[in-house]
Amino acid sequence: MIRIGDAPGVRRLLIGVALVLTALFLLLPLVAIFAQALMGGIDLYWQNLSDRYTLAAIGLTLLVTLLTVPINLVFGIFLAWLVTRFSFPGRRLLQTLIDIPFAVSPVVAGLVYLLLYGRNGWLGGWLDGYDIQIMFAWPGIVLVTIFVTCPFVARELIPLMQAQGAREEEAAVTLGASGWGGDLRVTLPALAHALLYGVILTNARAVGEFGAVSVVAGAIRGQTNTLPLQVEQLYQDYNTVGAFTSASLLALLALLTLAAKAALEWRAARRESLA
Amino acid sequence: MSIRISQIDKTYGTTRALAPIDLDIRDGELIGLLGPSGSGKTTLLRIVAGLEQADGGSIHFGEREVTQVHVRERRIGFVFQHYALFRHMSVFENVAFGLRALPRRQRPSNGEIRTRVMQLLEMVRLAAFAERFPAQLSGGQQQRVALARALALKPDVLLLDEPFGALDAKVRQELRRWLRHLHEELGFTSLFVTHDQEEALELSDRVVVMSNGRVEQIATPDTLYREPANRFVFEFLGDVNRLEGDVIEGRLTCGNASVSVPGVEPGRRELLLRPHEVHLAERAIPAAHLPVTVASIVPVGAEVRLELEADWLEEPWLASVSHAEFERLGITRGRRLFALPSRLHGFDAAGAQNVALPVG
Amino acid sequence: MIAATLRRQASRRVLPGFGLSLGVTLTFVSLILLLPLTSLVGQLSQLSLSQYWFLISDPRILASYRVTLLAAAVAALFNAAFGLLMAWVLVRYEFPGKRLVDALMDLPFALPTAVAGVTLATLYSSQGWVGRWLETLGLPIAYTWVGIALAMAFTSIPFVVRTVQPILEDLPSEVDEAAVTLGARDGHAFRRVILPHLWPALVTGTGLAFVRSLGEFGAVIFIAGGKPFETEITSLMIFVKLQEYDYAGAAAVASIVLATSLVLLLVINLWQGRFIRRLHGREA
Repeated sequence: MIRIGDAPGVRRLLIGVALVLTALFLLLPLVAIFAQALMGGIDLYWQNLSDRYTLAAIGLTLLVTLLTVPINLVFGIFLAWLVTRFSFPGRRLLQTLIDIPFAVSPVVAGLVYLLLYGRNGWLGGWLDGYDIQIMFAWPGIVLVTIFVTCPFVARELIPLMQAQGAREEEAAVTLGASGWGGDLRVTLPALAHALLYGVILTNARAVGEFGAVSVVAGAIRGQTNTLPLQVEQLYQDYNTVGAFTSASLLALLALLTLAAKAALEWRAARRESLA
Repeated sequence: MSIRISQIDKTYGTTRALAPIDLDIRDGELIGLLGPSGSGKTTLLRIVAGLEQADGGSIHFGEREVTQVHVRERRIGFVFQHYALFRHMSVFENVAFGLRALPRRQRPSNGEIRTRVMQLLEMVRLAAFAERFPAQLSGGQQQRVALARALALKPDVLLLDEPFGALDAKVRQELRRWLRHLHEELGFTSLFVTHDQEEALELSDRVVVMSNGRVEQIATPDTLYREPANRFVFEFLGDVNRLEGDVIEGRLTCGNASVSVPGVEPGRRELLLRPHEVHLAERAIPAAHLPVTVASIVPVGAEVRLELEADWLEEPWLASVSHAEFERLGITRGRRLFALPSRLHGFDAAGAQNVALPVG
Repeated sequence: MIAATLRRQASRRVLPGFGLSLGVTLTFVSLILLLPLTSLVGQLSQLSLSQYWFLISDPRILASYRVTLLAAAVAALFNAAFGLLMAWVLVRYEFPGKRLVDALMDLPFALPTAVAGVTLATLYSSQGWVGRWLETLGLPIAYTWVGIALAMAFTSIPFVVRTVQPILEDLPSEVDEAAVTLGARDGHAFRRVILPHLWPALVTGTGLAFVRSLGEFGAVIFIAGGKPFETEITSLMIFVKLQEYDYAGAAAVASIVLATSLVLLLVINLWQGRFIRRLHGREA
C-alpha cells in the first residue's frame, strides 16, 4: 500500500521530532514534579505528606469530590435523557447553555458565585441573616466545582444516546417495534463506558480545580484549602519541596486518570472489533 | 502501449495472493480481469499500477520496464472502486489535479489547463457540472468525473478497479457501453477488474479468468464461452447442467436415460452443458434418449427459461428455448418431452473435451 | 417519511420521565448556571455606561488584553502545528512506545492547572532545568509573555490532537492513492488533498485551544510573575480586583472575557456547520 509520508526518511524525521517534543513538553514536567517532591529524600516526603495542613487539604478535596461527582452524575443522566429522548422548544439552547462552563474562565466562574453568595450579593446577604456562610467556606467550593464540572457526564452520554436513538428509530420503522429496542448487550456496556468516562473526567477536574476555587475559598489554612490551593500556598512560601509533595499526589491521580482512560478506550476498541 | 507481465507473484504472510503470472496485453486492448473475490485480480491490478509491490517478476509498458518505477512515474490512470474523488474540490479542480501537480517546468499554463479540463468534461458529458462538488453528483456522474480525472494526464495505461460495482443495473449498462465507445475513440490500453461475468464478456476484447491467484484462461469472450479451458471457467461463466453416468462403448447411461458420446473413455463420467445447449423434442432420437418433465416456466425477454426434472437427474436442468420453439412444442407445466443436447462438455485434470452431438 | 415522524413522536410520548427530567434539569441549570450568571448582569447594571467604559479601558487592563491575546494566539498556533504533527504521527506510523505517547497527550487535561503552573515555573525559572540552559542562550522564559504562552500551550495541547486524530483515522487510503496515481508528490498531496480534509477539525481544535488559553489562570500565574503592563493576564486582573474588593471593576472586566469566549465559541460552531454542509452537500 502506498501512503503519503511513508518514505523512510520522512517517517523517521517526523517520529523523531514528535518524540523529542513530547518528551520536552509532557514527559519532562511530569518527571520534574516527582523529582522536586523527592528532592529532600523520602523521609522529608513523608513528613510533608503528614503535615497537618496538607492532611486537612486532602480531606477537604475528598469532601468536595465526593459531593460533586454524584451530583453531576445524576444531573448528567437526566440532562442526556432529556435532550436525546424528547423534543421540546429550547432544546438546542439548553445544550448550548450547558457548554458555558467549558468556555468560561475559571476566575469568571468564581467571580459570578462570589457576586451571588458573597456578603454583598443577592443571596449571600439573605443567607447571612440566617448565619449561613457560603463564600470562603466549603459549600462555596463545592458549588463552583459543580459549576465547572457539570458538562462532563452529559457530554459523554449525549452523542452515544443520540446515535442509539437513531438506530432505535430505524428499527422501529423497519420492524414495527417501539421504545427500547436494540441489542441491550451492546448498548448497555457502551453507556456504562461513557458514564464511567464522564465520572473519571469529572473527578479529575473536581480534584484539580484551581482558578474558580481560589476566588471563593479565601485560602484559610486548614479550613478552606483544597490540595491545589495548598500547592500554591506552599509554593508562594518558598517551600518548594512541600509544594511538590502535594503536587505529586495530584500528579499521581492524573496518571491514574490517564491509565483508566487508556484502559477504557482499549476495552471499547476490543469490543468493537469483536462485534 | 502494450503491457507485458512476466512471472509476477505475491504472498501476504502465508497466503499466496498470486502464483507467478504471465500476461501479454497488446496496445489498445481492453482487458477484463474476472474472478470471484480472493482470486487475486485486484492484487494484480494494483501491482500493475504500482500501488503494491510484487515479490518477484517484471512488468513492461511497451519497451519500458516499470517494475521498480514509483506509481507517480508510471504514467497510469487509475479509477477506484468508490471513485475516491476529492470531496473538497469542485469537479473542475478534481480533473485539473494531475495537471496542477506536475513539476513547474512541465506544468501547462492556467489557460491550457482550463481548455484541457473542459475538453475532458465535455468528453464525459459533464461540462455543465464543472463547478459542482462531488457530493452534489449521482454515482454515475461521479464515476465519469473519476474517469476524466484519470485520463487528464494522457496515461499510457488505464486501470479500473470494479468500475461499475457500486452502481445500479441500468446506469451500469449505460456506462459500460459508453466506456467501450470511449475506448474505441481514444485507443488507450486498459485493464479492468470485475466479478461480474456479464460485464467482463460484454466489455472486454479478451478476458482473463482468475481463481486462487492463478490465471485459468485468457481468451476472447466468444472463445471463453464456447471453449472453456477447464471446469472452473465453464462453471464461473454461466449456468451449468450436469449429467453423470457410466460410459460403455461410447454411450453414457444413467437410469432409463442414455446418450451417445463418441470418443469418451469408458468409466464413470460427469458431463456438463449450458441451458442453451439443451434442445427439446417430442420424440427421442437414436443418439439421445433423455426423458424429462417440465417443472416450471419463466419467460425472460427473448427466451423462455424452463426447469426440467427427471428420475435420472439429481438436480433439475435449466433450458432456454425461443418463444417460437416454445409455441411449436406447446409446452405447459408437467409436459413430458425429450432433451437433445447439442453439445456436452467433459473436463478432466488434463483439460477440456467437447462432444458435439447431432440435434435431431 | 411522514409515517416515520409520526411514529417517532408517538414512541417519544411513550418514553417515561419527561416531566421529571425536565424539572430536575431546569432546576439545576437555573441554580448552578443561570442564577450566578444573572448576578454578573445585576452587578453590571449598577454601572453607568461611562463608568463601565472607564473600568474596561484602564491602561493596565488594556495591556493585559494585549498580553493575553498575544500569548493565547502564539499558544494556539504552536498547538495547531504540534497537534497536527502528533495526530499524524500517532495515526500514520507505528513505533515503540506509541500507546504511551498517545496516553500522555491527555496529561494536560488530567493534571491540575496549579500543578502544571508551579512545575513549568520551576522548570523554566533561571535556576530550573530548562530555564538555566535557555538563560545562557539569552532566552529568558519565566516572567515574560513567552512563559505565559508556554503555559497556555501546555494546558491546551489535547484540543488539536484529539480533534484531528479521528478525522485522520477515517480518511480512506484511496485518497492518498488517488493523489499519488495522479502524479502528486507527497508535499503537494498533503497540502492540496490531506490538509483540506483535516482543515475543519484543525481550525476547530485551534479555536478551542485559543478560547481555553484566553481564560487560563492556574497554569499561567506562576510563570507570569505579574509585572504590571508586561506579564499580567486578564484573568489575573479580575482576581486582583476581587482581592481589592473592587467587585464592580472585576465584573466589568469579567464581562469582556465572558463575551469574547462566547462569541468565539459561537463563531467556531457556525463555521464548522458551513464546512460540513459543503463537504456533504447537506447539513450533517
